[in-house]
Amino acid sequence: MTAPTMPHTWTGRVRARALRDLPPDQLLPEHQPVYVASWIYVFGVLTLAAFLVVLGTGGVLALKGPQWWHRSSTGHYFNSLHLWSVELFMAFMVIHLWGKFFMAAWRGKRAMTWITGAVCFLGSIGTAFTGYLIQSNLDSQWISTQAKDGLNAAGIGSFFNVTDFGQMLMWHIALLPFVVGVLIAVHILQVRRRGVVPPMEIDLRDRVPEQMTP
Amino acid sequence: MTTTEAPRRHQAQATDAQKWTGRVREYDLVKEFVIALAVVAVLTAALAAIFSSPDEKQVTLSTWSRSAPNDFVLTAAAELDGSSGTASYGAPYTHTPDAAQKIGPVSLQHIAGVTHPINTASDFVLGPLTGVPADPALSAALRTWRAATPEQQQQWATAYDDALTKALDNDPTKVEPGNYGPVPVMLDRLLTTAQSGGLDGALLSQKQFFATDYTKPLLFIADGSYLEDQARAQHLGGDQWGMMNETGSYPGQAWLWLYTFWYQVSPFSTSGNADALVWGLMAVLSLALVLVPFIPGIRSIPRWVPVHRLIWRDYYRQGGAG
Repeated sequence: MTAPTMPHTWTGRVRARALRDLPPDQLLPEHQPVYVASWIYVFGVLTLAAFLVVLGTGGVLALKGPQWWHRSSTGHYFNSLHLWSVELFMAFMVIHLWGKFFMAAWRGKRAMTWITGAVCFLGSIGTAFTGYLIQSNLDSQWISTQAKDGLNAAGIGSFFNVTDFGQMLMWHIALLPFVVGVLIAVHILQVRRRGVVPPMEIDLRDRVPEQMTP
Repeated sequence: MTTTEAPRRHQAQATDAQKWTGRVREYDLVKEFVIALAVVAVLTAALAAIFSSPDEKQVTLSTWSRSAPNDFVLTAAAELDGSSGTASYGAPYTHTPDAAQKIGPVSLQHIAGVTHPINTASDFVLGPLTGVPADPALSAALRTWRAATPEQQQQWATAYDDALTKALDNDPTKVEPGNYGPVPVMLDRLLTTAQSGGLDGALLSQKQFFATDYTKPLLFIADGSYLEDQARAQHLGGDQWGMMNETGSYPGQAWLWLYTFWYQVSPFSTSGNADALVWGLMAVLSLALVLVPFIPGIRSIPRWVPVHRLIWRDYYRQGGAG
């Protein structure tokens, strides 16, 4: 019997690496450790669900154009759907983040899972902020003229002009959702790759060999 | 740290990273996701139907000049004599010395440079007036202005700005007589142009048909008091936690509470470098959030605060038998 050889093509190597790190039964498992039994676990999937509703409602607003919601009651309702799905998305994500903090969910080589999640949170704040800038009403006028001072003071305003509606529209509907979407995908793959973090201390009490305990 | 703690911690880290080999329970991830999606969709639809969303009408140069003409003319006078907020802003709009904010000796604002140059006198006043058709009085006023020396122009503009500031309600009709040159005629025509809606288009056109950059009209409007009055009425002022508020009674960007908080407290609330300092502080705090797993003390808080005992209470109650 010969040992399996490493594929020599780039494609083969990517496939081999993907299958090694994320075999199908690990990517979509039907069982979870017995400790995965708390309502706090629901907020991760609720965040993902809210993100998809945000994308869907934002997609409809994008299809009809940025002024549609000012002149159409249907458009206004879709704007409301977009607003409230963002509020839910951020609320679920904050609860998810605090839950993972108090679980010290970065333990066991899971630091990258935490980092991608935290960057995703910051990226989502930026995405939501640009959404407020492109409402084309009093709110967006005031927010842009106030926010410019902070961004200018940090040197960011020289290339990220919050009073340029066209630039902010592109950041909001293309660049930032793409970045946040990729981060969410990487974050979820990290969770599946490393598994759900085990409870603290219990491993010492129940799983460490006897001679390691006091 | 006792002699047994270090190996215990290393052992704990090793076991944390191991694949779980204890008891498992059936867990349908796809079903959970589908239910979550349905719940969020229904919840969103209900919240949108019940609470809707705010849409306070925008302020235009036209509405501003018609609703508050005195404020408009006073602001235009400041744009002409270079004393407005935008005229003396510094980077990225003007080359005003020492205007840029700093963090200690470093000014990122200055380093970034002037990338959106604005000359408020020519961009906000003289340029739009040049496009006003068939007005002999205005044409004569502009000829007088252009024929004067820069020192004379500055003298006229400053004198009129000062006189407007002192006039009752900043009313141009109640300005004391003085040597203002052609400035009163110029600003009167700018007011009528704005009231007719012509200034909105003139500031936006950017010398091309299609335009999406509202920097100039927004900065002009923000230099006046009218926009701020409207915003404060909607509790959006800086000292009203305005950055995280939304018009009406909507939740707004509640997640900006920490950023907004710093502006309410000293030394940020009184510093001329508040924006730079708050942004610097938030950059450090954001980096700390990302790097929590590597920061001693912070990463240990979950062990000291037993919230995890609540999260995994069933597991701990069963003795943690894996």
